[in-house]
Amino acid sequence: MLKFFIGRLVQMVILFVVFLSIVWLLLQLMPGDISDTLIGNPDIPMSVRLELKARLGLDQPLLQQYITYITNFFFRFDMGVSFSRFPKDVSAVLLEALPRTLVLFLSSTLFAFWLGFKTGKLIAWRRGGRSEQFLIVSGVFLQTVFYPWFAIVMLWLFGFVFGWFPIGRFITAELWLGAPFEANDIFGRLIWTVVIASVAYGIARIVIGRVAKDLVTRERLAMLLGLLVVAAVVGYWAVNPAAKFAWDIVHHTILPVITLGLVAFGAIMLLTRASMLETLGEDYILTARAKGLPDNVIRDRHAARNAMLPVATSLVLALSFVIGGGIVTETIFSWPGMGLLFLQAINVSDIPLAVGALAITGVLALVGHLVADVLYAVLDPRIRIA
Amino acid sequence: MTTTKDQGADHGAATGAVAAGSPASDAFAHQPLWKVRLALWRRSLGKTWGLFRENKMGMFGLGLILLFACMAIAHPILMATVWDPKIYDPVTGYSAVELQFVIVEGEPTDPSTQISLQEARLRLNPTVKVGQTVTIPVQPAPPSLKGPNPHLLGTDPQGRDILSQLLYSTRAAFFLGAVAALTTVLIATTVGSIAAYFGGFIDGSLMRLSDLILLMPLLPVLILVSALFEINMVMLGLMIGVLGGFGGVAIVLKAQALSVKVKSYIDAARVAGGTHWHIVLRHIIPNVLPLSFLYMMFGVTEAIAIEATLSFFGLLNVPMTWGIMINTAQNNGYLLSGTSYWWLLFPAGLAVTFLCFGFFLVGRGMDEVINPRLRAR
Repeated sequence: MLKFFIGRLVQMVILFVVFLSIVWLLLQLMPGDISDTLIGNPDIPMSVRLELKARLGLDQPLLQQYITYITNFFFRFDMGVSFSRFPKDVSAVLLEALPRTLVLFLSSTLFAFWLGFKTGKLIAWRRGGRSEQFLIVSGVFLQTVFYPWFAIVMLWLFGFVFGWFPIGRFITAELWLGAPFEANDIFGRLIWTVVIASVAYGIARIVIGRVAKDLVTRERLAMLLGLLVVAAVVGYWAVNPAAKFAWDIVHHTILPVITLGLVAFGAIMLLTRASMLETLGEDYILTARAKGLPDNVIRDRHAARNAMLPVATSLVLALSFVIGGGIVTETIFSWPGMGLLFLQAINVSDIPLAVGALAITGVLALVGHLVADVLYAVLDPRIRIA
Repeated sequence: MTTTKDQGADHGAATGAVAAGSPASDAFAHQPLWKVRLALWRRSLGKTWGLFRENKMGMFGLGLILLFACMAIAHPILMATVWDPKIYDPVTGYSAVELQFVIVEGEPTDPSTQISLQEARLRLNPTVKVGQTVTIPVQPAPPSLKGPNPHLLGTDPQGRDILSQLLYSTRAAFFLGAVAALTTVLIATTVGSIAAYFGGFIDGSLMRLSDLILLMPLLPVLILVSALFEINMVMLGLMIGVLGGFGGVAIVLKAQALSVKVKSYIDAARVAGGTHWHIVLRHIIPNVLPLSFLYMMFGVTEAIAIEATLSFFGLLNVPMTWGIMINTAQNNGYLLSGTSYWWLLFPAGLAVTFLCFGFFLVGRGMDEVINPRLRAR
């Protein structure tokens, strides 16, 4: 298992270097360089341009430039200085936006997988009928819907017509005026409480699995535990002096997460259904039925667990969608994450920032792939051994 | 059978004709080979069509695609006959409903016929006076059937006919989808077959390339590329096609080609003296093609969605597409107008959605034809 993991990790790092090189090559393919932006200004003499060129290292041979670029990225995490937010480093700008994007990606992926797997499982089990037809059609619709338009409609419907959610942005500026907290601090603390709570829940779940042998008790205990954890997190934030501000951030997060999650949900539901149907035709399901096991045991323990394999691999597919869709979501909901930063950088030709955002997106994609690979190896022993 | 051999025909087809095994194969024996092939091809096509027809969703998708095809054909005809290019051109056309207003001091009591002095000065010119009657063009105009130049779906914020834009963009979408999907399938089929048949170093390097492309976040990369260079429809189609063709689709098709490679008729062909290229071209590729066509449908869906997203961001060098229509509405502040200006957002958004929907449904229908396990039991 460890060998497999390390092997994949090395492969990913090599792939990332290749990816970064391609991005760098793309930039070199562009006519001219950054110092050419000064041509338009007649007040700037040639010597200044040459000096700028020398200072940015653009007068060096291409190979030298390439090596500098790669070493700067890997050993100093230095991606240059952003043009549009001038004195700031690209890495600083990106690091500030990264948690917001990560939260958007993670929570919508989890939402999509949880809901998609549950629904897909159920509609495959109860084959036929109106609800299945309806869910399949809406699944296909969600999968093919023009995403920017869908996001606009969601924002209009739930933000504007119903008024349940704020229209875009990350915080309500008026509320935070003169607040004793930084939005990023509160956001970080929110993330930490959720992470700690989920880790605690996971550990407790394993302990319950070891202690309680009886299936019914185990499930009851797990449910109780879940309620307890949720109550603890909500309780902690309710008595916190920053409760109002934390709620403001959460309130702004819900709609983008649901919108992005819904579209991925369609694909996952359809995939779960197809995979479940295939599993239900297997002989061991017949055996389980012959043993007289209750329906929900056959469904959840025998069929769904095996049907999970292709769904876990589709995490990779969902990832590519979530990354692309993330840019659109962040643009339409004015969510100040990396995607919005990327597009803004593109629009004002802030090349260092755009390339930096793309590189970090590449890292996210790679990490996602690694997670999917490991998950697959954990779920399917055949992969580990081979 | 003897006739075909005497003609020095290709052994694969001869085996195929025998393998068909029905009594009709005797009748084939005395016909030239191309006729045999044609008949076999027609028969399998008829069978496929029969299976496909049973899939209601697939037929619905096909209907949707045909509807859009009619729309694409209708635009040049309408432009040549009914529509005046000055008014109906999707990019440069202009027409506005002109309404008359009387300028009043302070807040107007009847907003449909009166306008405040302040607003009139802002919108027309600062010299207008109270009591004057002014004509103000209204854009975007709602859909109407009235007047000498009716706009069935209204006009956009720049006074251009929405229906004309919608029809014009259909052609562009089909064109892009065709370019992207054909490139994908051409490359992926070749790459997959070659990688599976030859194996070894060729296989390894091609598959590592696929891995690399799969890992690339496609949309962000395309956004960067279209920001750095001037990208038009053909280039975008080729780019999506090349990336898709060397990427995920190649891996799927290689798996299919591998399962073909181990079949006994491949060995038979080799024993009979078939060269490598002959086997790849005549035996492997034809057996991979059905799956290629399936991925072509999904490829069209993806290409159209990507193009619409890129042009929604205003990054493409194209005159008019569905994405640009939504971009125009957004840039002019109609993003949250919803149903009150529905003709700005809904026709274009639904057009992208339904065309993708159609191709996707056809793909799913074909999937059920190819994989019998998916069919309803």
